[in-house]
Amino acid sequence: MAAAREAQLKLDVRADPPFVKWAIITVTAAFLGLFIVVPLVNVFAQAFAKGVDVYFAALTDPDALAAVRLTILVAFVTVAANAVFGLVAAWAIAKFDFRGKNFLITLIDLPFSVSPVIAGLVFVLLFGLQGLFGPWLAAHDIKIIFAVPGIILATIFVTFPFIVRELIPLMQEQGTEEEEAALSLGASGLTTFFRVTLPNVKWALLYGVLLCNARAMGEFGAVSVVSGHIRGETNTMPLHIETLYEGYQAAPAFAIASLLALLALVTLVAKAALERRSPKDWATRN
Amino acid sequence: MQIAIRDVTKRFGDFTALEQVRLDIRSGELIALLGPSGSGKTTLLRIVAGFDWPDAGEVHFDGEDALSHSVGERNVGFVFQHYALFRHMTVFENIAFGLRVRPRKFRFPEAEIRKRVEDLLDLVQLGWLAGRYPSQLSGGQRQRVALARALAIEPRVLLLDEPFGSLDAKVRKGLRRWLRNLHTELHVTSIFVTHDQEEALEVADRVVVMDKGRIQQTGTPQQVYDHPHTPAVHEFIGESIIVPVTIEAGEVRHNGEPLGLDCQGLESGTAQLFARPHDLAIVPSSGEHRLRGVVRRIHGIGPARRVEIALDSEKSETLIEVDALRAQPLRVGERVGIKPEQYRLFPTGT
Repeated sequence: MAAAREAQLKLDVRADPPFVKWAIITVTAAFLGLFIVVPLVNVFAQAFAKGVDVYFAALTDPDALAAVRLTILVAFVTVAANAVFGLVAAWAIAKFDFRGKNFLITLIDLPFSVSPVIAGLVFVLLFGLQGLFGPWLAAHDIKIIFAVPGIILATIFVTFPFIVRELIPLMQEQGTEEEEAALSLGASGLTTFFRVTLPNVKWALLYGVLLCNARAMGEFGAVSVVSGHIRGETNTMPLHIETLYEGYQAAPAFAIASLLALLALVTLVAKAALERRSPKDWATRN
Repeated sequence: MQIAIRDVTKRFGDFTALEQVRLDIRSGELIALLGPSGSGKTTLLRIVAGFDWPDAGEVHFDGEDALSHSVGERNVGFVFQHYALFRHMTVFENIAFGLRVRPRKFRFPEAEIRKRVEDLLDLVQLGWLAGRYPSQLSGGQRQRVALARALAIEPRVLLLDEPFGSLDAKVRKGLRRWLRNLHTELHVTSIFVTHDQEEALEVADRVVVMDKGRIQQTGTPQQVYDHPHTPAVHEFIGESIIVPVTIEAGEVRHNGEPLGLDCQGLESGTAQLFARPHDLAIVPSSGEHRLRGVVRRIHGIGPARRVEIALDSEKSETLIEVDALRAQPLRVGERVGIKPEQYRLFPTGT
């Protein structure tokens, strides 16, 4: 009997020999370890290399605190702007038919395919002193480039596909019948939006917000071009890390980096929790 | 409530969905809009509801212009083919929705809302599912919730778009009997769209047959089945046998032979004879005044059999299917005669 079973198992094409299975798992684990776990651990190791005092001194440094505040401000404004824009754009694309719709969809994807540095440069060319609107802005004493508005603009540009792209397929799949049903039952447009449309996309929206937030906090390229690197004023966390590192302050640089990494981990946990909570049909799609 | 539809025309680009449609619906009537897909029946329903507006024409509810009101103001109950239940709300909250979104002034107190929803749940016999979500219900249950939700606002008219279209045959049959009973009980003016003629004939007080954006015929199920106005209606409602004939000086001929039938006032020329499978009698092939052919196949179970007969013809072959009693002796290959007992003649090309 046992021998017969053995023979059958050998014939089962789905069962790879154990060594193949373990080899594949080992390669995957080793790759992840080498490229993700080791660097991450290293960030924390380096951060504490000069001791806990240096670590906390780096975090409580006024410039560092300013960078944290700026990063949170930028992320907050970016997420809010992109959530509103994302809902409007997804609604337009999913629920209406109009000429140029495909072009609009392509345009929304543009920030993913354009290098962030170019995105930053575009804003410099538009709003910088030598830029298109530069003289007018200077005459009215409005500062965009090398100031907070520029940083926010560049971050919004780089992150705007995240939320829209989560919403479009879901809204397309859901169609407009539920909205029509709500309207026929006497609900106003606004009530329909808040009672029917928004609850139906809330998980996708939250998911998009998390991704958008993670990217907004970590964005370097585009922000680097428009910020001007003014310590305590226009340095976000990634820029502050770079400034410190270039100034041979490795331990403080890694301290801030560890904070940023921690924020990323929190996002990751939140994302996992969201996937666990959200309805199945939506979670499997992502 | 009475509904008057006056010369309603609707185009989508080059496609004419509705062409000069006129229809009067009496108060308390249950009307079926019947037609193949693309016949404009759903477009007409959506215009009555207020989801679409016509390019021309008028719609009146009890003599008052409906087109100047939005869907929310018209107080219509709409039931969608795919239910369109609010997926994030329980059955209870779905039904309560229309009551909860009323302006504060007109809103019932919470206790009254609960009572009304519970009454509706009883009406659709789903009280035990109040706490479930739509995804946990079967198709038939979902459609009943959708109906209860539409009834919650005490609509002046109930509009149903292919209400049983996505249900399986057995559930569909039960549900349409249930809808018929419900209508008898509530007596709310109702219009339902369907492409299923059996459903329309069984449920509706009156059937409106539509094709290519026009109303072909309006009448009771009996009228449209027995006296179709056009070949399209004859073909769409019930099964049709179509035999090409010629009319010469008041004489109906098939394959040159006179059939001894009344020409129903048709001029000389080519025509089509329409009949139901059960309105043809199979008789011996010898004798005068009959269609002639050869039995090709006999099939069917139950008291009646289906007999496929190839009619004699000089031109293209005409195959017809005739009902015959089991008792009648018939063999494949046998020559038979066929006498139409009930028929309609339409000139060719109508």
